[in-house]
Amino acid sequence: MIEQVRFWAIVVLVAFGLFFTFVSAVGVIRLPDVYARAHTASQTDTLGAGLALGAVALALGWQHATIYTVLLLFFVFITNPTAAHAIARSAAESGIEPLTSDDLEEGERR
Amino acid sequence: MTADLINEIFIGAAALFVVLAILMFYRAVKGPTTQDRLLAVNVLGTNTVVILALLAAGLDQPWFLDIALIYALLNFLVAVAVSKFTVERGGVL
Repeated sequence: MIEQVRFWAIVVLVAFGLFFTFVSAVGVIRLPDVYARAHTASQTDTLGAGLALGAVALALGWQHATIYTVLLLFFVFITNPTAAHAIARSAAESGIEPLTSDDLEEGERR
Repeated sequence: MTADLINEIFIGAAALFVVLAILMFYRAVKGPTTQDRLLAVNVLGTNTVVILALLAAGLDQPWFLDIALIYALLNFLVAVAVSKFTVERGGVL
């Protein structure tokens, strides 16, 4: 019984991790602006990686490797938005203008 | 029997993550600015960490997690360092 619950929890976590990473990949490829891409990379990619690493930690059970996995999950959860913020700030300081709705109405799609 | 099925699920999910990581090369090659390329490489590094963790569970090789941890550290270091150098020195070199 408890094995069945654990199995389906792992399947659901891996599926949601794949889904959110797919959303992140589509966003990084298709969004028009470096700031919008930094937004999708910091949010959906962190969530997808966190869910997949949670599935790995659930599958490993109680052993030493689980501590490594939880540590890795915590580290990714902290550093990924920080890196995206650093990249967006460097884009702002090197003079890249954000894309506004006025640009989109003129049809300047990149 | 359930353990074998879980291992196969992890290896299949790792293969799908590899496909999503390869898609990132489009933005890394095409990206108009340096920050676009850096962001694509950062997302690709996060995907690589997840792939290494999934393979560690799927192939039952726990030492892959050590490599994943070091890869995550270097990924964060590269993102912060390059984004700082592009502003303060006008380039990486």
